[in-house]
Amino acid sequence: MQLGFLVDLHLCMGCKGCEVACKVENEVPLSTWRLRVKYVDVGMYPETKRTFTPLRCNHCANAPCERICPVSALHYIDNGIVNIDKERCIGCAGCIMACPYGAIYIDPETQTADKCTYCAHRVASSMMPACVVACPVEANIFGDLDDPTSNISKYIQDHKDTRVRKPEKGTDPHHYYVGGGDVNLNPLASERIEGYSLFSKLTHLPVGGHH
Amino acid sequence: MHTVVEATHALVTLDVALPGIVWGWIITMNMWAKSIGTGVIFMLFYLLKKYPNEAGYLRFPVIVVSLVFIHIFLLFTVLDLHQMFRFWHIFFHPHFTSAITVGAWIVTGLVGVLFLMAYMVFLKKDTVAFDKLLPWAVIISIPVTLYTAAIMAEATARELWQMPTEAVQMILAATLTGSATLILMGGKLPYVAKRDLGIVLGLSAAMAFLLYMSEMVFGPMKAEEVMATLQAVKGAGQYTTMFWIGQLMAFIVPMVLVLLSISSKSESLLKLAAILAIAGLWIVKHVWLIIPQLLNLS
Ligand code: SF4
Ligand code: SF4
Repeated sequence: MQLGFLVDLHLCMGCKGCEVACKVENEVPLSTWRLRVKYVDVGMYPETKRTFTPLRCNHCANAPCERICPVSALHYIDNGIVNIDKERCIGCAGCIMACPYGAIYIDPETQTADKCTYCAHRVASSMMPACVVACPVEANIFGDLDDPTSNISKYIQDHKDTRVRKPEKGTDPHHYYVGGGDVNLNPLASERIEGYSLFSKLTHLPVGGHH
Repeated sequence: MHTVVEATHALVTLDVALPGIVWGWIITMNMWAKSIGTGVIFMLFYLLKKYPNEAGYLRFPVIVVSLVFIHIFLLFTVLDLHQMFRFWHIFFHPHFTSAITVGAWIVTGLVGVLFLMAYMVFLKKDTVAFDKLLPWAVIISIPVTLYTAAIMAEATARELWQMPTEAVQMILAATLTGSATLILMGGKLPYVAKRDLGIVLGLSAAMAFLLYMSEMVFGPMKAEEVMATLQAVKGAGQYTTMFWIGQLMAFIVPMVLVLLSISSKSESLLKLAAILAIAGLWIVKHVWLIIPQLLNLS
C-alpha cells in the first residue's frame, strides 16, 4: 500500500476549511502549520485571478527529511506515510533544512519537529484525514496509489495535467496537484511584497516559537 | 479596453510561511571552531614532518588548542538542539544515512585520540607514541572536517550548498585557520616554517576565494534557486556588505599580506594576515549559512 494525496486546484476555493480542520485535529500550536492554503494573485487589475493552493508534506518516496534525521525520528510506515516519533526527535532541525517544501516546523510546546502525517492516527482507524473530511468541494482526494481502482489512481489516470511540486529535487512526492501551474507550485514564480498581504502586521515567531 | 493578464506578475496575498532562519550563528560557531580544531592537527603533522626538532615544542599546545576548539564545536552543536538532553539518542538510535550521525560518531573517535595524545605527551612524556598517533588524528580529522559539507549536501532544500564545492571549502577553511592559528602560536619556529604556514594560508585563501567567486558568477546560470539565493549578496542585497567584508578579511587582504610578508620577511604582516583570516572566516561561513535560508520554500 502506498497512500497518496491529490488536490484538484480547479475545485479548491480557498475556504481554508482543511487548514482549520488540521489545526483542530492535530492540536497544531500557534504560529505553526501542518497545512496552509496559499493565495497567489495573478495579473493586473481588472484582469486578475486568485489561485488557491493547499500545501502540506508530500510524503516523498525519497524523503530528504527521513535521510538526514540522525535518530530515525522521521521514518516510513508500511502504508508509505512519512511519520514522526516526537519522543525520539532531538530537535536538530536537520529535517527542516532538508525538506525542499518547508513542510516541517519545530513544535513550540514540545521543541521537537512536526509536520503533516496524513493523519496517520486516523488512517490507522480506517478514517480519512481531517482535511479530506472538512473540504466542502471534495478537492482533496486521498487513497492508495498502488491500487489502480482507487479514486486517486483513477483521478491521476484521467487528468493529464497532474503535477507534483519541485520534481527536479528527486524526492518523488506522493502528493499530486491537478490544475496547478507554476504560480501555484513554484515558490519562485511569485513575489512576496510588503503591503500586499490580505492580513497586515503579521507576527512571525522564530523557529521553535521563542522570541 | 483590453488588458493583457501578465501571467508572470504573481503576488502572494495570503500565506504564513514557516519561520526563516533555522540554523543561525550557533551553527556558524560550530563550523568555525571545527575548522580550527582540525586545521591545527593538519598543520602540526606538516610541521613535525618538515621541521621535527624546531616544531617539537608545539605538540602539547596544539593538542590543547585542538581539544578546546573541538569542544567549542561540540558545545555549540549540542546548544543548537531544541532537545539538547536527548543528544544521546544519536548513539542509541543512530540512523547512518544521516551525515549528522556519522559525524557525531567520528568526532567522538577524534576526541578519544586527541585525549590519548595529550596523555602521551603531557603525562607520559612519550613523543614517539604521540607521533604514532598523529597520523590517525589526521586521518580522522579529514571526515570530521568534511561531514558538515555532507550535512549541507543532505539539506536538499538549500540548492546553494553543493557537495564537492562545500567539501573543498571545508578543507580549505581548515587549512586556512589551521595555518593562521599556528602562525600565531609558533613564535619560536624558524622563519622558513612560518613562511611555509604563510604560503598555506595564502593558497587556501586564494582557492576559497576563487570558489566563492565561481559560485557567484556561474551558480545562477545553472539553477534558479541559486540565482534567487545569491540576490542576497549582490547589489543592494541584505547580506552584500557582510559578504564582501568577509571575503576581504578572510581571503583578499590575507593573500596580499602574505605576499608582502614573504617579500619583506615581515612576521608581523603574517600575524595580521592570520588574525584577519580567522575572524573573516567566521563572517564568510555565517553569510553562506544564512542566505539560502532567506528563500521561501513554498
Ligand atoms: S515533503 Fe518534506 S517533510 Fe514531507 S516527506 Fe517530503 S521531504 Fe519530508
Ligand atoms: S529535528 Fe528531529 S525529526 Fe528533524 S532531523 Fe532532527 S531529530 Fe530528526
